[in-house]
Amino acid sequence: MSQPVAANTKWWSGGKSPFNIEYGKLMMWYFLMSDAFTFGAFLISYGTVRISSNGWPDPNHVFQSAPLLGNGLPLVFVSLMTFILIVSSVTMVLAVHEGHNMNRKGVVKWLIWTIIGGAAFLGCQAWEWTHLYHEGAWWGSNPFPNADGTISTSNFANFFFTITGFHGFHVFSGVVINIIMLIMTLNGTFDKKGHYLMIEKAGLYWHFVDLVWVFVFLCFYLL
Amino acid sequence: MSHQEVSPEVTYTVHHDSKETVKKIIRTTVLLSVITLIELALGYWIFFINKDPNHSVTLVHFIKGVIVILSLAKAFYIVSIFMHLGDEIRNMIMTIVVPLMLFIWFILAFLWDGTSYKNLRNTYDRQHLEHSKEAAPVEEHNSEKSGHGEKAAEHGEKVH
Repeated sequence: MSQPVAANTKWWSGGKSPFNIEYGKLMMWYFLMSDAFTFGAFLISYGTVRISSNGWPDPNHVFQSAPLLGNGLPLVFVSLMTFILIVSSVTMVLAVHEGHNMNRKGVVKWLIWTIIGGAAFLGCQAWEWTHLYHEGAWWGSNPFPNADGTISTSNFANFFFTITGFHGFHVFSGVVINIIMLIMTLNGTFDKKGHYLMIEKAGLYWHFVDLVWVFVFLCFYLL
Repeated sequence: MSHQEVSPEVTYTVHHDSKETVKKIIRTTVLLSVITLIELALGYWIFFINKDPNHSVTLVHFIKGVIVILSLAKAFYIVSIFMHLGDEIRNMIMTIVVPLMLFIWFILAFLWDGTSYKNLRNTYDRQHLEHSKEAAPVEEHNSEKSGHGEKAAEHGEKVH
């Protein structure tokens, strides 16, 4: 799985970089690890509150609408959002790959597709938030009863808007970063530098956003 | 030594075959999509099981457990293939993966704590127990009428 290395390579004896990875990329990995703990803490606090409650709204009852298609369709709209994010992750890998090949046109093409995917995801989320808001859900207000028909608290709405909002903010900043990368690529900045490592770092961040969505999707829509 | 100096921190540059890499990306994409479709199918299964009031709780928990495992598999493929963590030096991988092991304690401890809090409260706080058994007022929250405007008025300052 890992990079093949001769068994007797003395990584720590000097003259070599022990992790064989560029500084900025390593720091991006450590940033993402800390961000994983932030999201983890959010999702675990959601889980703790949910498991300590006697009742909880049924996600299939709450998230059952899709634009143009109407009500009574659980999981339909959110699966569209999930696929949009997976596809934009794939276009990002392809952009990174073209960067390895020093192919500026390829990087530009795939970055544009990634930005479109990110924007589409944000649009979907805006629709969903607006829809839920019109149903009466917001921070501090939850119109959905528990799955067993008992009275619910506002906890469900609070966690939903906080966590998807925090994730949406990450998607938004990812789109902004990708737009900056696109401008830099078009200006030929990376060709002058001789490498496309910046695209790799932006790519790491973008994949992380997709990774977090896997767990947000799991915790709010599937469980 | 590498012929193409990318960065002073990179001692050895590993060159991957371009076509092989694209193939790997496509294979992973298909795999992630298939796993997502299976998750959705399981989600719908739960949805239809829940329609039966006398459904088996154990079965629902089992299906949810399978969905969790599938999500972890997706996370593995995204990190390992898309983020290329699988292509790094083993020591570097370990500095990322080992700290994440804290999540095992994190999840177990907090879910355990939540369960204990629920049981203690139901045992000693009768009022809370009675309140949580109250039926929610039947309202047509799906209709256009009970939009956020009325809700906001009902809840007063709590909303804003």
